[in-house]
Amino acid sequence: MKTATADPATAARPARTGLLTRMKRSYDRHWYAWAMVLPVVLVIGVLIAYPLGRGVYLSFTDANELNVAKQLGATEIPATYQFVGLDNYWRVLSGADGEFYPKLWWTVVWTVSCVVLHYTIGLALAMLLNRRLKGRSVYRVLLILPWAVPPFVATYVWRMMYNSESGIFNAVLGKLGFGPVDWLGDSLMQKVAVIGVNVWLGVPFMMVAILGGLQAISSEQYEAAEMDGASPWQRFRHVTLPGLRPVSATVIMLGTIWTFNMFPIIYLMLGEANALNSEILVTYAYRLAFGSVRDYAGAATYGIIILSMLLVFAVFYRRLLNRQEAAR
Amino acid sequence: MSTVTESRKDTPVARRSAAHGAAGAGSGTGRARKVRSREERSPIASAGLHGALVAASLVAVFPLVYMVFISLRGRDGWTRPTSAEGGLEISNYTYVLTETEFPRWFANSLLVAAGTTVIGVFVAASTGYAISRMRFPGHRSLMWVLLVTQMFPVAVLIVALYNILGSMGLLDSYVGLILTYCSVSVPFCAWMMKGYFDTIPHEIDEAGRVDGLTPFGTFYRLILPLAKPGLAVTAFYSFITAWGEVAFARAFLSTDSMLTLSVGLQSFIGQHKAEWGYLTACAVIITIPAGLVFLLVQRNLVAGLTAGGTKG
Repeated sequence: MKTATADPATAARPARTGLLTRMKRSYDRHWYAWAMVLPVVLVIGVLIAYPLGRGVYLSFTDANELNVAKQLGATEIPATYQFVGLDNYWRVLSGADGEFYPKLWWTVVWTVSCVVLHYTIGLALAMLLNRRLKGRSVYRVLLILPWAVPPFVATYVWRMMYNSESGIFNAVLGKLGFGPVDWLGDSLMQKVAVIGVNVWLGVPFMMVAILGGLQAISSEQYEAAEMDGASPWQRFRHVTLPGLRPVSATVIMLGTIWTFNMFPIIYLMLGEANALNSEILVTYAYRLAFGSVRDYAGAATYGIIILSMLLVFAVFYRRLLNRQEAAR
Repeated sequence: MSTVTESRKDTPVARRSAAHGAAGAGSGTGRARKVRSREERSPIASAGLHGALVAASLVAVFPLVYMVFISLRGRDGWTRPTSAEGGLEISNYTYVLTETEFPRWFANSLLVAAGTTVIGVFVAASTGYAISRMRFPGHRSLMWVLLVTQMFPVAVLIVALYNILGSMGLLDSYVGLILTYCSVSVPFCAWMMKGYFDTIPHEIDEAGRVDGLTPFGTFYRLILPLAKPGLAVTAFYSFITAWGEVAFARAFLSTDSMLTLSVGLQSFIGQHKAEWGYLTACAVIITIPAGLVFLLVQRNLVAGLTAGGTKG
């Protein structure tokens, strides 16, 4: 990776000089920069690249709790797991493992619905807040508050509110004459419940980001559009949305990645045993690694598959944006 | 939602008349009229606008108010969610602060998050500067790597890190957890710092160079002091990331006295009986200080994030 991109820069200079001279020249010119990024490269190398490499390797083995190297008292038991090639990937992707496609489907539904709700609600609130009105800063602070709560705290509080016997939601439903809802037991209501929490937690970020984007759109563009007799919807469609594009692109991308990998809400809300149908891929992979029988290889395989999917998404998303940018 | 369209509906009339006026009298008056037209909102639209915002604010605030309410209702107050009889008391707070491991977990969280923040920001600042200012071979790929690390699901690294930390005897230790969190926070800090450095004018670097400073000297003497707000925001962000992390903490910590808050609180929710009274008291103690600092810095947080993203 590093060399591939480094090449064009060096190759741009006269090609007659030898490799060593070129390397030396490049070093003289850039050693400051390299020295400054060295700490991060080290951290990434030691704490990310190496574990990632090991993770990839584990995904090609049948490692689990029973056959990895471990210490029992004073004796060290060597690892006995074996290299099994693409076997894990085949089992997962062919559907033989039975968990992947249902969970992938729910993960996609979860991600899309969360991001769509985050974005539309965030956009609507940002547009409301972007007007001149009384008490604007009060509304702003109140609307941002959920973001200030650590996700695990928020999840516990919502879990209490969803409680089927003594939760506030069922109490209110009861007062209105409805029967109680089994929020955290029923598979469908579990999904509604976790999406609700994630939307509550994630909207403020979107709102603040979009509000920043709205304020960056110059009022002259709106005036010009009004002069041309554009209706509010047309102004929204042709001035606001394009003006928001850079911010939207970033927050949608980040939001998608964060939501796809969102661990604490689902894990803490539903617990280990009772979430089987509402687990997303990440929490499932985690349960594989640290559940009853620790399937390290399986967890690593899921991890690599999740990462690959996100990478593919990011590349296509960027390409799509670039194409739109070029088409304008 | 309906109020959104409602409140938009009034502006067309006002704006269209402004546009007509502009067509008749030239752009100068059109501009003046338009400014006024923003204030001219029919009472119904105004009510709709405020109604929508009040409703949204209630949804945003209710769980927090409810959390405080339950925490003040005694040990079993949560089982009567809509009644306020019996009044408020602080027994839950005194209990968790004196009878449980909660203060210990709080200190653990503080220690781990602070360690992560210091290492994260310290290591990331110079990198953010280098990517912001210097074009060097490897520049693009480094940017790319920083972005990609945002996509790592916990499951990718967690098994390998678990095995590695295990073989080094660092499981169930602060050091192991801090190292792990650095894998999350360092790329992110570098990314945010880059966004912040981009907003500092390049002329300052050039002035430093003219005065005979090396790039390191420029960075430490001129740019870092200017970047204090950015450093603070980045530090805060990595702090709350480490403060609220669940998955790694849960997998790597096992001794009761070593737990961080995100894991420790779980022990209030048993299989058969949940101590929501105690848990909400802890939740309030955790949320209030973090929330206050958060509200101070949130505006800059978003700016840092989106700047890093859009100009990448």
